[in-house]
Amino acid sequence: MSERTGYRPEGINDAFTEGRTGSEADAGADGTAGVTGSTTGPSSGRPELPALGWKGTLRWTWRQLTSMRVALMLLMLLAVAAVPGSVLPQRNQDPAAVLEYLGDHPTLGEWLDRLGFFDVYSSAWFSAIYLLLFVSLVGCIIPRAAAHARALRHRPPRTPARFGRFPATASTTTDASPHEVAEAVEAHLRGPLRRLPTFRVDTGSEEPRLGRPATRTVAAERGYLRETGNLVFHLALVGLLVSVALGQLLHYRGQAIVTEGRGFANAVVDYDTFENGAWFRPSSLSPFSMTLDSFTSEFASDTVAFAQARDFTAAVTVTEPGGGTHEETIKVNHPLVVDGAKIYLQGNGFAPDITVRDAEGEVAFGGRVPFLPEDTMYTSRGVVKVPDVSPGLDQVGLIGYFLPTAVVEADGSARSVFPQPQNPLLVLEVYRGDLGLDEGVPQNVYRLDTANLTASVDEDGATAKLLVRPGETVELPDGLGTVTLGEEVPRYVALDLRHDPSLGWVLGFSLAALTGLAVSLFTPRRRVWVRTWETVDDDGTTRTRVELAGLARGDDAGLQQEVDKALAAVPGTTDAPAADRTTTTTED
Amino acid sequence: MEIAELSVLLVWASATALTIALAAFAIDLGRRTEARVEARAGARTPAAVAAGAGGAGRVAGGSASASPAAGPDVPDVPSSARRRAAGIAMSTTWLGTALLLAAIVLRGVAAGRTPWANMYEFTLVGSFVALVVFLVLNLRRDLKFLGAFVIGLTVLFLVLGVNVFYVAATGVQPALQNYWLVIHVGVAITATGIFTVSFVTSVLQLLRDSRDTGGTSLQRPGFRWLDGLPTPKTLEGLSFRLNAVAFVLWTFTIIGGAIWAEDAWGRYWGWDPKEVWSFVIWVIYAAYLHARTTRGWDGRRAAWFVVVGYACVLFNFTGVNLIFNGLHSYAGIETEL
Ligand code: HEM
Repeated sequence: MSERTGYRPEGINDAFTEGRTGSEADAGADGTAGVTGSTTGPSSGRPELPALGWKGTLRWTWRQLTSMRVALMLLMLLAVAAVPGSVLPQRNQDPAAVLEYLGDHPTLGEWLDRLGFFDVYSSAWFSAIYLLLFVSLVGCIIPRAAAHARALRHRPPRTPARFGRFPATASTTTDASPHEVAEAVEAHLRGPLRRLPTFRVDTGSEEPRLGRPATRTVAAERGYLRETGNLVFHLALVGLLVSVALGQLLHYRGQAIVTEGRGFANAVVDYDTFENGAWFRPSSLSPFSMTLDSFTSEFASDTVAFAQARDFTAAVTVTEPGGGTHEETIKVNHPLVVDGAKIYLQGNGFAPDITVRDAEGEVAFGGRVPFLPEDTMYTSRGVVKVPDVSPGLDQVGLIGYFLPTAVVEADGSARSVFPQPQNPLLVLEVYRGDLGLDEGVPQNVYRLDTANLTASVDEDGATAKLLVRPGETVELPDGLGTVTLGEEVPRYVALDLRHDPSLGWVLGFSLAALTGLAVSLFTPRRRVWVRTWETVDDDGTTRTRVELAGLARGDDAGLQQEVDKALAAVPGTTDAPAADRTTTTTED
Repeated sequence: MEIAELSVLLVWASATALTIALAAFAIDLGRRTEARVEARAGARTPAAVAAGAGGAGRVAGGSASASPAAGPDVPDVPSSARRRAAGIAMSTTWLGTALLLAAIVLRGVAAGRTPWANMYEFTLVGSFVALVVFLVLNLRRDLKFLGAFVIGLTVLFLVLGVNVFYVAATGVQPALQNYWLVIHVGVAITATGIFTVSFVTSVLQLLRDSRDTGGTSLQRPGFRWLDGLPTPKTLEGLSFRLNAVAFVLWTFTIIGGAIWAEDAWGRYWGWDPKEVWSFVIWVIYAAYLHARTTRGWDGRRAAWFVVVGYACVLFNFTGVNLIFNGLHSYAGIETEL
């Protein structure tokens, strides 16, 4: 019978299953039921060191790995190992911060880098911990699932010989016959649903024994779902890990900056940056295109939250691969989904329309230049690189700030005081020399290396600052030409497009894990036994004695209520003296 | 007076009521001990045993101590004085909780949105949940011994909240304008409130256990009040049930956060400091659940997981917001560290 205990991971402490063996063996008669620590079954007790060869060593290693103690250690290790990633800068989040750290701490930084501390979550040691944990989990859960599948066909454990020491007991006397009592209690425990009984119930009879006459017994067990939930939970974790990994392999993501009235197509070449997983195929890019019709923003103007962002909305027109078009909006928190790809509004700013004419009057540069916001007032920084169009002239570089609502102080310095374009102003410094535009080397469009360039200066020798307002044309110093700012200041949005085919699976497994967890933690696992027989009262009438006992897995606040409810189902007790109905609770 | 100021005033009123409750609970705890000591003396007579067994067993729902004197419902001699203290404690706790609720509602009215979007509001609502959990548990059974500690923590939180974390009531930035703010953050706060109560329970379990097993420093008379508590085993069971609920809520918090992050930040998981620490907390409580069922790790050792786990919950809430610069820096407090 003790084989029915089923599979348990090494080292698990489970009063319930141990209680079962305890009460089924007739040792239960002296009341050891529910007492923990009895070592029964093949899988309990300390593992013995094998003295035999590599096979034995392997088996021993496996048993260790799938033991509860090792799972516990690995979980603790996992918690500890995750911490450094929140303390040290991580490459995939903030590569610049990692470089800065390496610069500040050359020796320590190099060692940390070698040990993977700047890529904690993809480091060998972090991966080793969670992979071992999952190996352990599979090794522990698969046999458990098999054991549970067998257990699902089991009957409730036999009624123990004595009820005395059970954590919850009750007794009464009634006028109904033992047979009626057994049937009534059985019906109550089964519950109203035929197909989905609350308890699995067996009724039986016993020969006279231990000074009792022949009895009727009811043995009932509920809570098989608990183990089911536990298994679903653990298996869902495995599913979650696998689907996250698949997503890593199949995903792609690209960023593009789009100004009002312009668009982009979903193709690798159209993105400013593009990144993809190892199993990605360009054919999985759905060939749609999109135009930014307009972008609007709202900011608080009350004093408490002055200039805090309140809303960003991009109005776009999507052209489907088939040719159909439709208008959509993208907001923060509300990505646009096109063909399974999600398009996020990741940033926004101003892209002033700038035209530069050289000394000869030729248009050397014309176009929208995205300026990157640097503070909450949208003080935005940008660079214009002007090539040498007319022969013999220098290349010109303009660096400067775009101020949406500019205030110019008495000393000539300017700053922005509100993020909306209420009084736009462009403040530019002018450099000339060889910008390296002819070398064909790709350059960062947002940076200008001024080391080898000559700055234009004013009379005092300070770097000259040009102030340009929308619609104005201003002379560049040193006769370099003119710069014109367009009347309208177009806005731009930074879009982030992401496609991850595993999302649905990740969500599904997460919810399965959550459900399994809740079921396994909140399903009570209880056994209730009833024994009932005929007795003769002091006054000579024949009555029926009923005794009930309950056992729960672990600590269960509702066990006594469960026994009490079964007691209440006993028929014919209404006229029984109150003192006869007793319920008691004892420790262990 | 502005609504926002009224809300702060109500927080102070609540903290005051709770301080009175704290004092009354402390008195109750002291009286409980006297009762226990006298009951212990009386327990040598069979009548007292019978009386005690009837009451003690029901206290913590069936698994309470067999030792009659250990249960809170011992037949107490100075019962009227004790009951008066306990009565004052419970009614001032209800009052403080109601005032806090009013403060939270007014805060929401003043800001024109759900009132749990920054650290200050989080502190208020988390304290409120802890109080409600305590009060609701007490409707079902007598767990007043938790009162002094739960109330003590919430008063501390409220005072810290108003003095350190306070920010003016206002709207929120676009990334936070989402029903997930209500769900994800609401569930996180609820879990935190429950973790607070289970933490208190586990600490009491450890203290009581140390005193029982002869830890020298806890033998001093100053710790006699520990004898008035339920057995470590009962406390363990109570803590587990609370942790189980909070753990499921925490799991949901993480899943909800990931769903939200997927919409707001374009990825469901990115090891942002807040995500890292939420994960760490989750793993610690998962380890706790495993420890409980692992031979040799249950009881005291499992309780230590709760202590460590709760320390991480607090750190996740304070340290991570203030020290690390992640996407989650919505505390509303400017930091220069
Ligand atoms: C990714 C790693 C793991 C996580 C996050 C995890 C999480 C959990 C959680 C939250 C529970 C609570 C549910 C309950 O008590 O019913 C649980 C229970 C359990 N886990 Fe795990 N687990 C992991 C790995 C393992 C491994 C490796 C084993 C086997 C060695 C294992 C065996 C068990 C068992 C047997 C239970 C049920 C305990 C009981 O009888 O109450 N788990 N696990």
